[in-house]
This record gives sequence, C-alpha cells and structure tokens, in this order.
Amino acid sequence: MSLAPVLMEAPSQLLPAREQMAFTLMFHVILVPFGVALPFITLVMNFIGLRRGDRVAIQLARRWSAVMAIQFAVGAVTGTVISLEFGLLWPGLMGRYGDVVGLAFAIEGLAFFLEAILIAIYIYGWRRMTPRAHFLVGLPLPVIALVGAFSILSVNAWMNTPQGFTLDAQGNPTDVQVGKVLITPILVPQYLHMIAAAYMVAGFLVASVYAVGWLRGRRDRYHRLGFVVPFTVAAIVTPLQFMVGDALARTVFDDQPTKFAAMEIVWKTGTHQPEELYGRLRPDGSVAGGVSIPGLDSFLAGFSRDTKVDGLSATPARDRPTLRDANIAHFAFDTMVGIATLLLGLALWYAVAWVRRRDLPRARWFYRCAAVAGVLSVVALEAGWVTAEVGRQPWIVYEQMRVSAAVTDISAGPIWASFAVIVVVYALVAWAMVGILLRLKVRWRHEDADLVRPREEPPVPEAVSR
Amino acid sequence: MSATDLVAVVLLLLLAAYTCGGGADFGAGIWDLLAGGRYRGEGPRSLVDYAMAPVWEANNVWLVFVLVVTWTGFPVVFEAVMSTTWAAVVLAALGLVLRGAAFAVRKPSTGVVRRWRLGLVFGVASLLTPYFLGSVLGGVASGRVPPGNRQGDPVTSWLNPTSALFGMVGVVAAAFIGATFLVSDARRFGTPDLEIYFRRRSVASAGLLVLLMGVGLPVVHHDAKRLYDGLTAGWGLTFAVIAGVGLVATALLVNRNHLRGTRVLPTAAVAALVLAWGFAQRPFALPTSLTIDQAAGDPTTMRWLVGVIAVAVVLIGPALALLYRLDTTERLTADHDEDLVEAPAGTP
Repeated sequence: MSLAPVLMEAPSQLLPAREQMAFTLMFHVILVPFGVALPFITLVMNFIGLRRGDRVAIQLARRWSAVMAIQFAVGAVTGTVISLEFGLLWPGLMGRYGDVVGLAFAIEGLAFFLEAILIAIYIYGWRRMTPRAHFLVGLPLPVIALVGAFSILSVNAWMNTPQGFTLDAQGNPTDVQVGKVLITPILVPQYLHMIAAAYMVAGFLVASVYAVGWLRGRRDRYHRLGFVVPFTVAAIVTPLQFMVGDALARTVFDDQPTKFAAMEIVWKTGTHQPEELYGRLRPDGSVAGGVSIPGLDSFLAGFSRDTKVDGLSATPARDRPTLRDANIAHFAFDTMVGIATLLLGLALWYAVAWVRRRDLPRARWFYRCAAVAGVLSVVALEAGWVTAEVGRQPWIVYEQMRVSAAVTDISAGPIWASFAVIVVVYALVAWAMVGILLRLKVRWRHEDADLVRPREEPPVPEAVSR
Repeated sequence: MSATDLVAVVLLLLLAAYTCGGGADFGAGIWDLLAGGRYRGEGPRSLVDYAMAPVWEANNVWLVFVLVVTWTGFPVVFEAVMSTTWAAVVLAALGLVLRGAAFAVRKPSTGVVRRWRLGLVFGVASLLTPYFLGSVLGGVASGRVPPGNRQGDPVTSWLNPTSALFGMVGVVAAAFIGATFLVSDARRFGTPDLEIYFRRRSVASAGLLVLLMGVGLPVVHHDAKRLYDGLTAGWGLTFAVIAGVGLVATALLVNRNHLRGTRVLPTAAVAALVLAWGFAQRPFALPTSLTIDQAAGDPTTMRWLVGVIAVAVVLIGPALALLYRLDTTERLTADHDEDLVEAPAGTP
C-alpha cells in the first residue's frame, strides 16, 4: 500500500536496517528496567532487612540481586550490540553528528562502567562483606542508573528536537553548544516518562512473580513481602506517570506537530479535533473503525476545544510518516495509554484496600490482574518506544537528517543475513535466560522453604552478618 | 599537546585496556575450548568460571568506551571503519553476544554436560571476537579503510595479510594474558595442578606471540610498507621492543614460579603491542587518507570529551581498584555456588 513510494526513493537496505535496529532495541529495552529501577527496589528490601533484622527480606534482596546479575550481564551485551549498530547500520548519522551527540554517550559509558563495578561488588559481596559496607556499596546504584538513563534519553530527545549546532556550507555541523545539545526542549518530560516506565515495569514484573505464587496458595511472609515492596513502588509511580505522559504528549504537540498528528491520526488541520481511540487512517484522510470522541484531542492538546491541531496533510508527503507508519504509531500510542489506564485502576484498587483496611486486597481477581500487570507493563513500554520512533519517520534527526541518508551503504542481502543471525542468537539468549531464571526459581523455592514458616524463625542477626 | 592528540592517546589506551581486560576473558574462553572433553576439562573450566565472574562486565565495558570515544572524537573514522569492514565487525559482535550469553547463564548452571556445551559456545566466541577485531585494525593499519560510508572494499579490507596477522596476534595475545592470569588464579584458589597446567600454556603462548611478531615483520614489510617503517623506528619500535621484553620476562617469571608481577607485566606487554601499532601509523587516523587532526570532531566537543575523560579517571579509577582488590582478596563470591553446598539435604 503506502509503502511503495517510500521504497522507491529509499535504498533497499533501509528496511532490514530499520527492522534489525527495532528488534535489538525492543529486546534491550526489556532489560533496561532491571538496571534502572530494580537496584532501588532491591535496596529498599535490603534496607528493610537490615533495619528489622528480617531474614526473609534479606533473602529476597539476595535473590533479586542474582536476577539483576543475569539481566545486567545480558543487558551489557545487548547494549554493546546497539553501540556497534550505530556504526554498522547508521554510519551516516554517526559520521556527521557523532561529535554533536557523542558526549552524552560518553557520560552514559561512564555511568555504565560505575554501575557495572558496583553491581558486581553488590552481587558478589553478600557473603563476605559486612552487611553495612555491602549495603553502602549498593546505595549509589539507583543514582548512577538515573545518570546513565539521562544520557541515553538526552540523545533520543536530541534526535526528536535537535539543536545546539550550526550547519556549514557542506552541511556539516559546527559550533557545537554542548549544553543545548544535552538538554533539548523535549528532554525533561521524555526522561521522566522513561524513568517512571522503568520503575513501573520493574515493580509490576517482580510483583507479578509473587502474585502468581499467591494465587497458587503460597501465602506466607516471603511471598507477601516479595509482592508488597515492588508493587507499592509501581503503584506510587503509576499516577505520576499519567501526569508526566500527559506533559510529554503536549510537548510533542508543540515541538513535533507531525508526530503528534500521526499519534492521533489527525489528517486535516483544524480546531475541535476528535480523539480517535484506535481506528485506522485511510488514504483519503477518513478514519475506519475505532471510537471517536468529539473535540477531546483538541482539548487534551491545549485545554480547549478551540485548540488548533495540525493534521498530517499539513506536512509534505515526503517529510511525514507514511500512512502505515502513522497507523502503527497511533495503534502503539493507544495501546500504551490503554494499558496504563488499566494499571492505574489496579493501583487505585490497591490504595483503597490499604486505606480502608491497612491490608492487601483479598480478592483473587486482584492477584490475577497483578499477575498479568508485569507483562502488560512491558507491552506498554514497547508501545511507547514504537510511538516515539515510528512517529518520527522519515527522520532520524527530526527535520535535519533522513533515515535513508544515515543508513549504511552495505547492500540489503548481508543486512538481512545479519538480522536473521541476530534473531536466532537473541532467541537462544532469551531461551537460555528464561530457562536459567525458571531453574533458579525452583532451586530457591526449595532452599528458602525454611524461611517460609515465620514462627519457627528465631531472631538471628548472625544470619545477616556472616 | 592538543585536545585532539590527548583524545587520540586516550583512545589508544582504551583499546589497550580492552585488549587486556577483554583479552583475559577471551583467553580464558580459548583455554576453556582447548580444555578437552566434558569431564576431562571440568577442572580448568570451573577455574575459568570462578576467576572471571566478578570482573566480567567491567572488562567488557572498555569496548563500549572505545566505540563512544571513537564516534565522539573521530566521527569520520567511526563511519569509515564500521561501514567498510562491516562483515568483520558483525562477526566480532556475534562473538561478543555468544560470549556474554554463555557467561550470564553458565555461572548458575549445574551439570557437567550443560556447562561443557556452554563452554563450547564461549570458546568459539573467544576466537571470533579477538580475531575479527584484530583484522579490522589490520585493515586500518594497512591503509585499506578510506573515509566515507563503505568507500573501501567490503571484503579485502579485513581479509588480507596484515589483517590476518593482526587477527592472529589478537587471539594469541588473549590466550597469553588469559593463561598467565589463570596461573595466579589457580594459586589463589589453591589448585596446584591447575597452576602447572596454565603455567605451561602461559609460557607456550608467550613464545608463540614472540614468534608471530618475528614472522609478522616480513609480512608487514611486503603488505604495508608504511606500517613497517613506523614499527622499525621511533616510538613504534620502542613499544614493540617493550612488548617483546615484557613477553619474555613474563614467561621467565611464570616458569620460575615467581607470580609477583605476573599481572602487571603481561598487561604492559600486550598494551605495548597496541601502542606500537598506534604510534607506527602516526600521524594518520586512517592511513594514508586521513590524519588524526583531519579526523577530529568539533573543537568544543573535543575539549568537553577531555573533561569527561578526566572525570571518568577520577570516578572509575577508585571503583575499579576496589573491585579488583575485593576480587583478588577473595571477598567476592558467587552466591549460588555456596548455597548449593550449604543447602540442607532432603528439603522438599
């Protein structure tokens, strides 16, 4: 359909290059919350354990740090692959803009290095370091993770709202202003949005494991604590995420009107734009399917139904997302918001139960929902990134460089081959990773069985300070 | 010294650090591969696991730094190398992924056969990455990578005599550093038979590396005359000699069972090899089409990059020192191994 005109002007290796990048990024981003947010959640548990001399809490923190170790190692690898792909797939981007955006990556490299070192000490230090020294080593981790995430989001935000350089006669950037490159208009909402997302994913995902245990009848302190701590973190962050996401959408409206039009499938510029829930944009600009809420899109963009929203047709066809890209971005955006709404409901349920009874909800349905919340939050995370990246097409640097100008001159065949190899290898990696986590789960359940009966447990501080 | 020169030297040192840190890791993988069948090789194999575990990510992050400093400081070089030698970089990346995955899941794995299989993956990966990264550098050194998006030959840029030499040096240097470190590790973990086992391999690979350097000279003379001239005069020659002396000295020390200094000395020797190449191809970033100054990025960025590097040294230095200290004084242990031993028998 609408892909044909793009393929005509775009080099044939563009499609496999985009697919490979999308695949490796989507794989990597699943691991990101385990580096960004899991350290914090684990340290909270570690703190509870130290504070109360609680063996169960300490044991849970240890188990989570082991999971963190595996995820971090795999994340280190998939992250390195992405660094290589900047050159293997997009040498045009790096050759021209490497010295503009590169610095942020240097900060990320630094943060990642520190994180790798401290995580290694934290993970391997449980037994032979003093509990206090061990906890203190872990303490900088959440902060360092925030710095690392800042750098990556800074680069992505710059690709969305590029600034801080001037082009010379040959079109090469000069006069780099580092501050303006690092902090672009869209950075703050985009950054907060990703951090909140990481905390939601890590929280809901870890909690979902114990929700499943709860449903299977393992209603002991081990499972209760394992559920409460991460779920509470995620439940607190969820409403905040709504506010951040709303602010981000309005920044996109201001700074990337074409992307906003694609996300909301607005075709013709005008006021009183309806909000389309799902539905598909057709070549004539009409919308097929979905639910249409009159005036809501204009209202959300500017707090008034009289707000003028630019349509896709306001941008020349070769400078805007294709119809297919727009529909993908819109579908992904609605999926993200839809899931977030469900998760908000779940968080409210939890809060109400807590306020009314100072206890967890009793309904089995709550735990059923909590059990799927983890996977759903991952889907929402993926959908959000699809919205951001597909919505920016055909630009790799918004209105400065096209994706087709950045792609490698290696022909399509080898890139399809490398993509195929990556899919196979990553599938094996995922299989091995999930396999080992499942085996560890079984092993831990046996080993931690004696912790499960709380009354037999004497208050033993030496279990902590071995 | 200008900011550009400083960044170039730092880049060279980062490459040297990765050759040593990553090399120790891949070297261990090579010995894992050569350790023999599933039961016979279990001894060396478990030592490799023990020794590598806590420092693995830190060792590999050097590569990320190499990439980042290259594209920030010398964006045109990054574009040229990654596009022209695309195939070799993809194969090196494949090795990286396989190695990382095998590492991440083997540590908590039990069962000799499963570990042997993962060790096989690790071993093959350990040959791929050092060889192909070496061959990429060989392509650059012999002037086969011109600036631009895939302007050089996508095959002969990494499949040529100099690349083959660099690739082999990469593999043997990794094997050498890996074996030498494992001698100390074997002593640390109190396994004298493995100490002897890796001592022999350390000395043999040092010999092989010196031999490669000798055989390499005529190859380079024939294939890349400019590089030959750089290696046989000035700083290039100085570092090559340091490398040779370091290798021989390490072999002698290890052979006489003096393990003091056998972490610093092999590291210095291998680092000197990398520096010898870097200084031999001065003033070119891409011989002979692009000088380091021409390749440099925006001057403001270069100054900031120097600042970030300074901060990195201040922050990472102590953290890395702490890690290696804790590691070599045995205060870092893998959680799950001891759990297995200590788990009360007969739990349901």
